Amino acid sequence: MGFLTYLINGLSLGSVYAIIALGYTMVYGIAKMLNFAHGDVIMIGAYLVFMCMSNSGLPAVVSIVIAIACCTVLGIIIEKIAYKPLRKATNLAVLITAIGVSYFLQNMALLIFGSNPVSFTSVINWEGLSLAGGQLKITGNAIVTIITCLVIMFGLMWFVKNTKPGQAMRAVSEDKDAATLMGINVNATISLTFAIGSGLAAIAGALLCSSYPNLNPYTGSMPGIKAFTAAVFGGIGSIPGALIGGLLLGIIEILAKAYISSQLADAIVFAVLIIVLLVKPTGILGKQIKEKV
Amino acid sequence: MKNLNKSTQKLIISILVIVVLYIVMAVMESTGNLSSLMSGLLVPVCAYSLVAIGLNLCVGYLGELSLGHAGFMCVGAFTSAFFSKAYANTIPDVPRFILALLIGTFFAALFGFLIAIPVLRLSGDYLAIVTLAFGEIIKNVINVLYVGIDSNGLHVSMKDMMSLGLEPDGTLLVNGAQGITGTPRQATFLIGVLLVIFALVVTFNFVNSRTGRAVKAIRDNQIAAETVGLPITKYKLIAFTISAAIAGVGGVLYAHNINSLTATTNNFGYNMSIMILVYVVLGGIGNFSGSLIATVVLTMLPEMLRGLSNYRMLIYSIVLIALMLFNWAPDILKFRADHGLTSKTILGKIKKTKEVQ
Repeated sequence: MGFLTYLINGLSLGSVYAIIALGYTMVYGIAKMLNFAHGDVIMIGAYLVFMCMSNSGLPAVVSIVIAIACCTVLGIIIEKIAYKPLRKATNLAVLITAIGVSYFLQNMALLIFGSNPVSFTSVINWEGLSLAGGQLKITGNAIVTIITCLVIMFGLMWFVKNTKPGQAMRAVSEDKDAATLMGINVNATISLTFAIGSGLAAIAGALLCSSYPNLNPYTGSMPGIKAFTAAVFGGIGSIPGALIGGLLLGIIEILAKAYISSQLADAIVFAVLIIVLLVKPTGILGKQIKEKV
Repeated sequence: MKNLNKSTQKLIISILVIVVLYIVMAVMESTGNLSSLMSGLLVPVCAYSLVAIGLNLCVGYLGELSLGHAGFMCVGAFTSAFFSKAYANTIPDVPRFILALLIGTFFAALFGFLIAIPVLRLSGDYLAIVTLAFGEIIKNVINVLYVGIDSNGLHVSMKDMMSLGLEPDGTLLVNGAQGITGTPRQATFLIGVLLVIFALVVTFNFVNSRTGRAVKAIRDNQIAAETVGLPITKYKLIAFTISAAIAGVGGVLYAHNINSLTATTNNFGYNMSIMILVYVVLGGIGNFSGSLIATVVLTMLPEMLRGLSNYRMLIYSIVLIALMLFNWAPDILKFRADHGLTSKTILGKIKKTKEVQ
């Protein structure tokens, strides 16, 4: 039973990673940039939910909707100010600007919310299930997190496959110039991607802090890095890849914590990543890009 | 001076500037004109500069983004501090520091070499994430490492202090997350500056050597380099190892400047790797003197802004974003070119006014 509990906890953590990884992977697929500030958008989202719920006493669902809206706007603004002018510059320049944005968000949060961690009240008011005569307890947080993740994932896959903006996204990620010639508004599509990614980050922030209630201005950075790892793990640029990468990463982390060493868990996660990348250099579901002369 | 080629002239000018800066700083420090915070930053600035030079070799000349150079710095720091502490009473100060320097550099180079073998099979962002992963692994493993020494020899454990089973006469050298305490503080500003100059000379010579030209050829077009018969893996390995070794020197300097050495996210984790990368990119990719300038300015900047207390890091981040846009955004670059605001034209104007005078 212990193993099953760990597995479910792992799935729950992995679902959060998967939602964050989606933001990374979509932005990477379309803008070919590593958005290092994504982790900090999660933190901002979590703070917004916290402010709405604890300070203003709004219900959880309303708080999350407000947070999603604010983070979406934030994502669009960041993209417009910091990333759009650098669209044709080298990748490295955009990367450093993203780091600058990440510092900016962290310090902004530090000024507004202070450096003391706040205790986040879970957005889910449900004890959860108790199976097998009370031996196997599944928390409400875990169930809601896993279901949310699956809903988002399939919703997004449907969106990208079947809707006009989704098809535009795929076209832009294939070939920007050709997409422009087809009459696709590349700038609007990239903004839309950032908007979706940042909105998802707000959800991820609320779910992450519901399970791990310690919220401070640096909360987002480590999950951000791990989710980025998950995105690479599954093959960056691929939506199902983000799901698989995130879930695997979460399960490995929790199992390593439980059975090997809690301090070495991160090292084990990264070691598995390295082994996977050495066997499959573009991640589990990544496409092999052949270089032409 | 006129007979030398351009890159050698540049190198000599950079070294002269460093020497002048060193003298200014040393004079200011001895006359008490330097705040204690600033003088405390002198050695770390040299350490960061060394790592930045190492990383610039990797990013600028090998053309591969590494997010794990703090890991090599960490290896250099911990191996040298371990050595210094273990032999603190048996070897005199000066030879011990030199040996520690060599040991730190060697182990950083060794780790660089070992990591490079698998890593260089990958490319681009995948390589970046794997170097980041390696850096995190190094940091994590050091955090659970316990090493002690007694009459029976070395004891190593990855669990806790108790499981070392030390004899009563034994001493604890590495204490897990508390790291190494009581490293002799031997790194001075002078040593730091000398090491930076040495690293500059080594890298300048390396990139202009036959091997360095091969590395540049691989960066510019790997397939073309391969078709003319360059052994790609060998040259990549050489460049990556040297890059890691220089970062290791920075680590040695860093470790011998503080009393208790711990591996946290901020000093040896990805935060540090990213900070060094910021120095490299802002200073100019492939420009070693630029990395130095960026390191000095950006390390000192938060201290100079200390009067603004809480706002300083916020301002720092805004300056960083603004500088990146100013230097890299195509539209802004075009605007600067149209209005005579590029660094070249401005430098040209300054030169002209000097000639007129």
